[in-house]
This record gives sequence, C-alpha cells and structure tokens, in this order.
Amino acid sequence: MSARRAVITGIGVVAPGGIGTKAFWSLLTDGRTATRPISLFDASDFRSRVAAECDFDAEAEGLTALEARTLDRAAQFAAVCADQALADSGLDVTTVRPHRFGVTIGSAVGASTGLENEYLALSQHGRNWVVDSAPAAERLREHLVPSSFAAHVARRSGAQGPVATVSTGCTSGLDAVGHAVALIEEGTTDVMLAGASDAPITPITVACFDSIKATTPENDDPEHASRPFDRDRKGFVLGEGAAVFVLEEYGSALRRGAHIYGEIAGFATRSNAYHMTGLRPDGRELAEAARVALSRARMAATGVDYVNAHGSGTKQNDRHETAAVKAALGRHAYDVPVSSIKSMIGHSLGAIGSLEIAACALALEHQVVPPTANLRTADPECDLDYVPVTAREARLDGVLTLGSGFGGFQSAMVLSKPGRAA
Amino acid sequence: MSTTVSESTVQAGSGCPEQPAAEALITGIGMLAPNGAHTEEIWANVLAGRTGIRPVSRFRPKGPVRLAGEVADDAFLQAVPSRLRAQTDRWTQMAVAASDAALEDAGLADAGTRPYDPFDMAVITASSSGGNEFGQRELSRLWTEGPQRVSVYQSIAWFYAATTGQLSIRHGMQGPCGVVVADQAGGLDALAQARRVLRSGTGLVLTGGMEAPLSPYALTCLDSDGTVSHATDPARAYLPFHEGATGWVPGEGGAILVVEESTAARSRAVPHVYGRLAGHAATFDSPSAPPGSGLLAAAGAALEDAGVEPSRVDVVFADAAGVRSQDEAEIRVLTELFGPRGVPVTAPKTMTGRLNAGGGPLDVALAVLAMRDGVIPPTVLPAEPAPTHPLDLVTGRPRTAAIRTALVLARGAGGFNSAVVLTQAY
Repeated sequence: MSARRAVITGIGVVAPGGIGTKAFWSLLTDGRTATRPISLFDASDFRSRVAAECDFDAEAEGLTALEARTLDRAAQFAAVCADQALADSGLDVTTVRPHRFGVTIGSAVGASTGLENEYLALSQHGRNWVVDSAPAAERLREHLVPSSFAAHVARRSGAQGPVATVSTGCTSGLDAVGHAVALIEEGTTDVMLAGASDAPITPITVACFDSIKATTPENDDPEHASRPFDRDRKGFVLGEGAAVFVLEEYGSALRRGAHIYGEIAGFATRSNAYHMTGLRPDGRELAEAARVALSRARMAATGVDYVNAHGSGTKQNDRHETAAVKAALGRHAYDVPVSSIKSMIGHSLGAIGSLEIAACALALEHQVVPPTANLRTADPECDLDYVPVTAREARLDGVLTLGSGFGGFQSAMVLSKPGRAA
Repeated sequence: MSTTVSESTVQAGSGCPEQPAAEALITGIGMLAPNGAHTEEIWANVLAGRTGIRPVSRFRPKGPVRLAGEVADDAFLQAVPSRLRAQTDRWTQMAVAASDAALEDAGLADAGTRPYDPFDMAVITASSSGGNEFGQRELSRLWTEGPQRVSVYQSIAWFYAATTGQLSIRHGMQGPCGVVVADQAGGLDALAQARRVLRSGTGLVLTGGMEAPLSPYALTCLDSDGTVSHATDPARAYLPFHEGATGWVPGEGGAILVVEESTAARSRAVPHVYGRLAGHAATFDSPSAPPGSGLLAAAGAALEDAGVEPSRVDVVFADAAGVRSQDEAEIRVLTELFGPRGVPVTAPKTMTGRLNAGGGPLDVALAVLAMRDGVIPPTVLPAEPAPTHPLDLVTGRPRTAAIRTALVLARGAGGFNSAVVLTQAY
C-alpha cells in the first residue's frame, strides 16, 4: 500500500524517577512509584501535598547556562527530550529538507511556572494589580505564549517546517503527536519532533486542583498515593515531565535503516460537549475516539494486545474509562490487559499523553506490559484486567492508548509493530 | 539582500491523491474588534478608516504601554449567560459571542436544525495566552488570601483549551476539536487544521481565534521583548511599512468562522458562501536564514497548495509588524513574489491593533468581506506613502477592485510564519 505512514524512530523522556528511556522503563516495569512529598515549593498550606517530581538539572542534561536561567522548566524538559530523541534516532537532520521538518509540542498549562514566579516578583507577591513592565524579564513574553516551547525545540534542531504548540489540556500529549502524524501522512512533512511537556507542580496549579478536590488529600503515604482503579483511591497525584519523539515517514526510515519502535497507526480525538470537568458515565465519546483510531489503523478490536489507560485515579475517570474500553472493544475488553502508569509517575497534565505513548512504544519494543502499581482491591465497578502491581510479559503487536481531559477532550491512539500489513 | 529560499522547496499540504478533494468553505462569520461589536459594524468602520486604538481604560497603566485596542464589554457580555460568565475569562466570553454570531450568520443558530451529527462538528481555535485576566486575579488571590481562596473555576478558565472546550459544550460539537498555539500565526494555523479535519470527514468546524491580552500582567509580558509601541498618540502608534514605525499596539478580539465541507454545505443551501480556504502553509524561521525567507516560503507554498499563480492574487492582507526590520523583511517577500508594487497590500489591523491569535482569523474574515463587496479596506497611516514606496499600500480610502483571490500573512513571535490563500467560491 502506498499511503504514507508515520513511525517512531527516536524517544526522549524526562520523567519522575529518572531521565531517559532506560530509567523510565525500569521504573515502570519494576512497578516502582515516583510519588513523594512536594519539594519544589513549600506546600504546607495546601490540601494535596504529594506529587511525582522530576530530579532535573538542566545544565547536566546539556542545556546552556542561559537556557537554564531563562527558559521555563517545561521548556527545558522539552528541549532535553528533543535532544535525546534525535540522538536516539541516529537521524542526521542536515539530510532532511528543513521545510519538511516540523515540530509539535503539547502542553496543558504552558510556562505557568515561569509566569507565576515572575508575577510574584513584579506584583509584590500579588498585592499590586497593575504591574510595571520596566523590571520585567526580557523573555517574559515567551512565558505568556507557550508556542515558545515548540519554537525553542525548532531553533535547536533546525526545523523550518510547520511548528506549533498544541494545547488541549490533558490530551495535549496525544493530540500533539496525532497532529504531527497527520502532517507526515498528508505529505506536508517527512520528519517531525513531536511530544509534550508540562511542569505544573506550582502553587497556582496545585491550588486549582485543590479547590475542586480532584487531587488526592492523602499525604501520609506518598508512595501509595496514586491508585488508579483501586477501591480506595482518593483522586489523582500531580506529576511533571515530558516526552518527545522523532517521527519519520515509514519508507524513508526503512531506507536509512533506522531502528523503528513502532508505527503510529491510528489517532482520533472527540469531545464530550458535556461538561468542562465532568464525564458522561457511559464513556461514549472516548469509545468513539478509540473506534475511529482503530478503524484508521485498520485494526480489529481483537488486534489490541494492551490498553494504556488514562487511569487518572479519580472515581469518575476510572468508571468512565472502563465503560469506554468495553464499548470500544466489546468482549475483547475482558481479555486485554489495561494499565495506568499514572500509578507510578502521576498525572503530568498535557505531558502525560506523550509519556504514555513512550511507554507504549517501549512495551512494543520489549514485549512487556507495565503494571498498575498500588492496585490492591479493584473498584467493583471497574472489572477489567488492570495488571495489578507486577509487569507482565506478553505478545504485543497492537496497543491502544487513551486520554481524557478537562474541556471534554477524549483522544485515542493506536501503535503497532512496524511493518504490519495494513 | 534578496531572499534565497525558493517557494518550491516547501511542498504544499495538499493531501494524498487518494483523499477526496473536499473544499473548505467559509459560510459564517462572527467577529469582535476594538472598532466594532459585530461584523457589519466592524466592516463599515474598517472601510471608513475608523480606528479602535485608544488609551488603555480598563486600568491605569504604570508601565510605558499607554495605547491598546480594547473591546467594549457591551459588545459581547449579553451573549454570555451569567453562569458561564462566572466560569470563564473575557477571552472565552468574546469567543462565545462571536461563535453565536457566526452560527447565526450561517443559518445554523438553531442547534436542532443543523444537518450534522454531533461527531461531525468540531471546534478548533487558536489561543496565544489563555484566560489572562482570570488567571491574574486568581494568582493574586492565591498569594494574598491563600490557596483555599482560589476559584473552583481557575482550572477551567485559565488554560489555553478553555475556549474550545466551552464552545464545544455550548454548541454540542463532539468532533475532532483542537487548540493551536503559534502566537500571531496560530490563528491561520487553526483554520488550516479545520480544513484538515474537514478533509478527513468532519462536516463543519467552528474555527478561528480570539484574544484578550490586556490584563495588566499580560500586557507587561507582551511588552517585555521591546516590540510594543510606547507611543501616546493613537494616530501615530502603529505604523507598519512607515518610516515612523515605533512598534505594534496590542488589541483584543478576533473572529470565529463557520467552515463547512463543500458538498455538505451546498446540499443544505447555505445562506452565504463567503469564500474558500484554498491554500495554507506554515514555516519556521531559521536563525541563520535571511530575514523573510521563511515567510516567503510559507506564502509560496500556500499559493502552490491553492494552485494559484502569484499573478492571480488580487490583494494581500499583510502581517504588518510595525517593527522596522520585520516590515523590511515583509516588503522583500512581497516584492520577490509579486514584483515591485505588484499587488495591492493592506493592513486593517492598523485600526484594531495586533490581536495575536485573533489577528489572522479577523484578517481572513475581512478578506472575504472584501471579496463580497469588491473593495479593499485601507491601512490607516498619518499620510499617504510616497509614490516611491516599495509596496502598493492601500491607504486613506478603500479601493474598489474585483477580488477573487486573497493572500493573508501572519508571523508569530519567535519565528512562526503562516499564510492562507482564500478564493472566491461560486
């Protein structure tokens, strides 16, 4: 078949528990958790005081002192991941026509870390409504407009094709990669750096989830705070991080002898048009996204060997998602392993979708399903195989990853082993 | 120095041959601008050269930015139910009003009569900076009153996806929704994404961009890179392509458009077909490439995508940065593509300020109104440019002209370039 297809040839990861794909995959397959008391700021006045933080030193990861000083934390994550992904791919970008090389970076809350810090400095800790621009940092405009994330990755890598940030809340990490895949498939680009980054462990973002009681209030046992699908879960645990991929057109990746982790065979997004934070219990829009993604991948429900769940660990999500998996996969839903890596690395908002794609690509590579950590007793209304506690070897040819977020966005992506006849 | 990138190095996003050649038709317009509350008012004021740039009135600025294009609250608030007002920033409220107007204009105000399944309708907007005023208020509250005082709506009002999410709920649109951020270029990229999802089977997309960057903190952020005008005379504050250029004036507003797949649109006997989104391309500036080469590549590829020779372009809605070096780069691009003074060029944004994510969609809306009425709206400058000016800039009075093809350009801070080609649809 002649249609253009997009494959993953390089992966970069900054995640709680470790930088790089090796540390990431070892954490996930060991079933270890990276959730801990918040150390990035003094969270003692907050309801939820646990998070999955990254131990990240920008200069040690190869950024310049200037980048370390002026870029928002999430922009730094994205830049480091892009470097890793390019190195991993072995692609010599000077061989790519620059206008056929693009960048899409997802982010839910953009440079909110930098924006909050700078606001405090300019406003006398929030006391002055009217702030003066005279003492403002020169790069403050880059914090305001998160297209700066994609721009920075493009400048560093030499991409001169379509460059954009995609910001659809908690599905940004799937949608940004889906957008990049569409550009390759339609023939606009040959190579994309695509992924997502968020660094939301900041007072304002912790407070905004506190105020709606979406995050867990259980602060005494941080390692076990993120419990998707468990009867005793109390809400999600905030995380941070990034993942960026080198995506290439399949034929040219083959020709240069690239290592191919997998093909992004299908993607779809739908909206529930129901509520900004609420979900319809039947999961019909997420199910529709999954069905369309499978249909674009020309894959039957029974071709799905693993479902990487959104699995945020809120009661509403876990039940909504369980219903959606059943609606999309039918009887096969009961036979397929379903797990949530948020149990280990928390929910990094827009970034998590790309971190989950990375987990899926590595699962295809290693033929191992990462577990749902901390799952002791499943919610009786969640009756699928959630791969509790321990990773599992399995034959994996097709995997489905799901995302669901504020604003009603519901996204699904299908990855498959490279070279599958479609 | 002439630019060296040939437009042919960018392949147009024209799709695989096997994809159906669905056309994206603009069938409804909703707009808000500093110089008007609705489409016909804005259009009349733009043709008359009436500016909406004035001293900032929503607060008393301490910093050096004194002028902006503010949208009056009356222009949009009544369209927003009180419950929704509490949950949303001004930016989303403006988009609600404009989206209502766009659907009404398309003859689709009544949700019950829309001939589309909810999964076949989508919302794709651009946002540059999210819910600024709401976000600043909650940041202040957090740090002066404590985390318990932060609004329960902060998580859904501040983030960049708020507008698309609220519009999808308000209008019951469940198709492939999206949010694109590419600063001022993002508004055009959102329209391109709308066309992309129409090609993959969606019937209708509500698309465009809106921006409200005039909270004190957001304005401070914008001013930080040294390109915003500090002038105090509204008539001399934003002078693109002019020797007196001192930067750009930020403004509020934008446009939300109804874009429909052509077969579906024609089968429902749409009230208007304003024009066709015929071509698009986006590029990013390499720091080492000659200034303007990225914009030239984008414009050339968008024309190629549309299958239009430069000689057939009847008007260019310029990016018009108002910053000398960027204006010079754009002049070189237009000269290279069209020859010296080879095409009428206009920048009605001299009357609204630059609207970031809203700017491109507003220019697209004005361009299709120009097609409808056979008239090019003017660029407002203090004096007629000299006859030796390198651009055929339409200034002073509107210019009568048959317009079948228009090119709209936008550049975003950091190196983003986007170009859209619009053609008349019959």
